[in-house]
Amino acid sequence: MNGPPLQTRRKLTSVDYICFGLVGAIIAYAVYRVSDVLVYNWNWSRVFNFVIYYDEEKARYVPNLLLKGIATTLRLAFWATIFAATIGLVMGYMRTSKNLAMRMISRCYVELVRNIPPVVFIFIFYFFLSGQLMPLVGLDDFDKNGAFVSSGVFYMLFGDPRLFSNFVAGALCLALFEGAYITEIVRAGIQSIPKGQWEAARAVGLSPFDVLRDIIFPQAVRKILPPLAGQFITLIKDSAIVSLISIQELTFLATEVASTTTKVFETWIIVGAMYFILCYSFAALFGHLEKRALRARR
Amino acid sequence: MSNTSARPQPDPDTLIAFEGVGKWFDQFQALKDINLSVKQGARVVVCGPSGSGKSTMIRCVNQLENHQQGTIHVCGREVYGNMKQLEQVRREVGMVFQSFNLFPHMSILQNVTLGPIRNSNLSRSEADDIALHYLERVQIADQADKFPSQLSGGQQQRVAIARALAMKPRVMLFDEPTSALDPEMINEVLDVMTELADDGMTMMVVTHEMGFAREVADRVVFMDEGRIEENCGKTEFFAGGRGERAQAFLSKILQH
Repeated sequence: MNGPPLQTRRKLTSVDYICFGLVGAIIAYAVYRVSDVLVYNWNWSRVFNFVIYYDEEKARYVPNLLLKGIATTLRLAFWATIFAATIGLVMGYMRTSKNLAMRMISRCYVELVRNIPPVVFIFIFYFFLSGQLMPLVGLDDFDKNGAFVSSGVFYMLFGDPRLFSNFVAGALCLALFEGAYITEIVRAGIQSIPKGQWEAARAVGLSPFDVLRDIIFPQAVRKILPPLAGQFITLIKDSAIVSLISIQELTFLATEVASTTTKVFETWIIVGAMYFILCYSFAALFGHLEKRALRARR
Repeated sequence: MSNTSARPQPDPDTLIAFEGVGKWFDQFQALKDINLSVKQGARVVVCGPSGSGKSTMIRCVNQLENHQQGTIHVCGREVYGNMKQLEQVRREVGMVFQSFNLFPHMSILQNVTLGPIRNSNLSRSEADDIALHYLERVQIADQADKFPSQLSGGQQQRVAIARALAMKPRVMLFDEPTSALDPEMINEVLDVMTELADDGMTMMVVTHEMGFAREVADRVVFMDEGRIEENCGKTEFFAGGRGERAQAFLSKILQH
């Protein structure tokens, strides 16, 4: 990281131009096929109205289904990340535990999640969660007219109160799924802390809990922030699969828009662009923060 | 392990007592029938060829390594198993490592205050006072706000000594404290250790610094192949009252 400055080539060579040419030719051919051979009546504005439209009565632009979908996707990602990080922290510690039972439990969890297709996993857990767990904790019949529930803060955090239990189930499913990957990240982080740190912490007489809280976790978390940020972006993309259990996030609403408008290509291209902008912005933001943190540490 | 209550309590002046201690790493026996007692105020230097078990032995005192045979008493308590009791023992025993092992995410001051704050419920400012006192003592108080990576090896090791002292331990363990240092920094650390000895601190030091041993130690323990081969007074040891192996070892490390 502190090595000599990288010698990046700024000039394009003939090889680069040939590459560009090839890519350009492929794109041109694709455009030709779409416009001339495939007879398709493009209509972007109809779909675009589902992103944002002009409300004549209110005389202003109002977000429509797809923007609401992306808001739900963000909410899902936010809560799922918090749950998944909690699961990952506990399970990741258990993975490195001396206790065999703890190691076995966390290992089983990780292997179970990693070796079942996400869709199957989500179906199983969703029907277990919404069928058994949600009624058990009474999430379905909480007071939907309470002061907090009807406030704007609730809407911002959880979306439509009528879909609350559905939303929680979706976030938990995602969290259980992503938690396994975070578990492995946390495990790697803990194991990257040199043995001497554990020994020095024990030698000053810290309790096992204090060793973790004061010495191991703070250092491990610093090391795993970059992969954790990457996992957050993965989680945003993976959140598309909960559309299969009718969570009304971007992908779910996109299927509805596609079928109402019958403009399948336009819908999915726009939705793809929305995901891209969202994920790429986060990636750029995290990259920037990471660089700044590196500079600050020197 | 064994029932200690039935046994006569060891001499209260004896801070560390090894009795028939054995330790294995898988099939390899690292310690064989270790018997050793360190009295209040004693300064014991442990030497021997590498792999002879000296580090393992000193690490058994605060149970960074567990022994599998025999008993170890530290300040009258048997060290084994019970986590609460072990934490008590570790607070009475300060340890300094070969590779310093300062906490890189904490400032120098925080490194030193952590133990007092967690172990004796002191307030921040009380702990800061104690820490500054000991940092003063190792002559590094002016660096209190820096981070370990900004200090030289010798400075880091002095901070590590202050960190151990801040818990007001009854015994200090040094595990090759100068082996990872550049030659010009060895003396600043040895000087601090000598001062400590002059103040009457009980010390157990694993080191190859024979000059330090000659000056500071009152006993020299020589280990080879997991056994204590020699355990005698300093003058006796350096005057030649030592066995063949110790003789061979000494002539190797003094021949420069």
